Amino acid sequence: MSRKLNLRERYQRMTRDLAWEPSYQSKSDIYPQMEFEGIKIEDWDKWEDPFRLTMDSYWKYQAEKERKLYSIIDAFAQNNGHMNVTDARYVNALKLFLTGVSPLEYAAHRGFAMVGRQFPGAGAQVACQMQSIDELRHVQTQIHTISHYNKYFNGFHDFRHMHDRVWYLSVPKSFFDDAMSAGPFEFITAISFSFEYVLTNLLFMPFMSGAAFNGDMATVTFGFSAQSDESRHMTLGLEVIKFMAEQHPDNIPIIQKWIDKWFWRGYRLLTLVGMMMDYMLPKKVMSWREAWEIYFEQNGGALFEDMARYGLRMPKYWEQTIEGKDHITHQAWGIFYNYTHAAAFHTWMPDNEEMDWLSAKYPDSFDQYYRPRFEHWREQAEAGNRFYNPTLPMLCQTCQIPMGFTEPGDPTTIGFRASDFEGNRYHFCSDGCKDIFDNEPQKFCQAWMPVHQIYQGNCGGATVPDVLDWYHLNFGVDNFDYAQSPDRQHWQQWKGEAAEESDAPDEAA
Amino acid sequence: MAVKAITPDYKGEALDGVDNFHGNIMFHVNWEKHLMFCAPLAFAMPPDAPFSTLLEETLPTAYGYHPDWKKVDWSKVEWTLDHEPFDPKPDASLEENGIVHRSLLRFTVPGAEGIADSGS
Repeated sequence: MSRKLNLRERYQRMTRDLAWEPSYQSKSDIYPQMEFEGIKIEDWDKWEDPFRLTMDSYWKYQAEKERKLYSIIDAFAQNNGHMNVTDARYVNALKLFLTGVSPLEYAAHRGFAMVGRQFPGAGAQVACQMQSIDELRHVQTQIHTISHYNKYFNGFHDFRHMHDRVWYLSVPKSFFDDAMSAGPFEFITAISFSFEYVLTNLLFMPFMSGAAFNGDMATVTFGFSAQSDESRHMTLGLEVIKFMAEQHPDNIPIIQKWIDKWFWRGYRLLTLVGMMMDYMLPKKVMSWREAWEIYFEQNGGALFEDMARYGLRMPKYWEQTIEGKDHITHQAWGIFYNYTHAAAFHTWMPDNEEMDWLSAKYPDSFDQYYRPRFEHWREQAEAGNRFYNPTLPMLCQTCQIPMGFTEPGDPTTIGFRASDFEGNRYHFCSDGCKDIFDNEPQKFCQAWMPVHQIYQGNCGGATVPDVLDWYHLNFGVDNFDYAQSPDRQHWQQWKGEAAEESDAPDEAA
Repeated sequence: MAVKAITPDYKGEALDGVDNFHGNIMFHVNWEKHLMFCAPLAFAMPPDAPFSTLLEETLPTAYGYHPDWKKVDWSKVEWTLDHEPFDPKPDASLEENGIVHRSLLRFTVPGAEGIADSGS
């Protein structure tokens, strides 16, 4: 007993050896969700944990990270760190990120706890347990950031409540609800592989670099602290796919279908991130188009070349994302510009320098399709006639984003798809979203569609102020154009900039 | 199989059947080549409302902001209803015109291609 265990032995003793063969309950009763998805696992001991991290060292590493993180967060608060961001417009990107993504971190915490309970293998159980705790840590650190910014800027005050109600937050919410209401193998394919492994770089790299570029050290800090966990999560994602693929050939078509589905769902969700990169960062890092080329076309392309040995191919409709990279962020910003009177963050039109940046980054699309629209909006706003779309939009039943995406190859025509199911018609923005519905109509016919719910009278009333009240948004404070916002007025006061005419109420002082 | 579920014969409850709209139908309208309106629109109206209400009240309120709106001449506008060519009868009701819950109307105004002919 006096001999010290080496790393391999420690890992063996403190993970695999913690499991046991049940003797008085059947395995199928203990793990009731293992069969219905059709995934066949012959030997859970083949699960490889590339990190060989034991729970005791996990606590030690994480505690160190926490100590560093909270000392920086404290310093940020004490030194009024929010005053160092490039411009208060930037904070609107944070509003979208922290109200849209932070609740997903919490959902991931719950999801990994659930699937960790369902997997019979000790290696997989421990990996899921650690990720579950990681995700709880992430949401906590982000709530500290919310808490700080909430003292100085509008729109952060009730993110939990808004997550369940606000029309655009239904996009990330429904993404995760879809994963969590699937079986454990689909959940882990969706979140660990498709999102964390294939797409997470598009969330973290540009966004955290964007935060650093724009002087937001609070976000950089939680970002870097989370990033070391993310590399573990990404490795888990890859291991999950390899494990399932190697366990049984029957698993391959099931996995491929999930990859197709979750790639498309992730792509639609990341449109919101792309929009932040192209429009909401006062100092730009890179364009969405460039990020997609690096992180999906190059890295993702190489990954799927590798996966070919299992019989897995590129996700269906990936070609459409190559065409779409020139368009989706401009279309998404247009959607939020249309409906910012019903949003908890502000929008604006790019200034001349930003328009020129967009022209340079999007030489094949911006000047032809989007600049005329944006310049018109800007002229109208300057003339006191700022455009707000007065009518609720048609939504895609799957991604829940307003149907603002155009037909591949035809950037002036909206893409329309539809399916009939049990006497009702459902509409979609794309082939990808239609396929997802058609594979599981019994699931997606239940989607809580914000526009439909408003028309059914379930959202507090029929007017925008009624609905915003039900969302817990402050009408005239959290919503409308940045130009008239109290946020902007405060920023100018704090910075001693020439105050512009504004009769907005002084709420945050 | 309509869904993979742990319970046999799992059935979802459709949230958006016409019965949930208190006597209205919800349908959609898109003005082609005018993407300044970022997406097609959703309307909830009684099925016995005359189609002319759409032309005279609903759509002018929805789309009137656009400088091309003054080019609209309903007698020349080209319509589709659920992707089929459509010749609406203004005095007939939505229902009599064949518009049902979740129908999609698309219209094109000849000679109107949006801001600077960009499809906006």
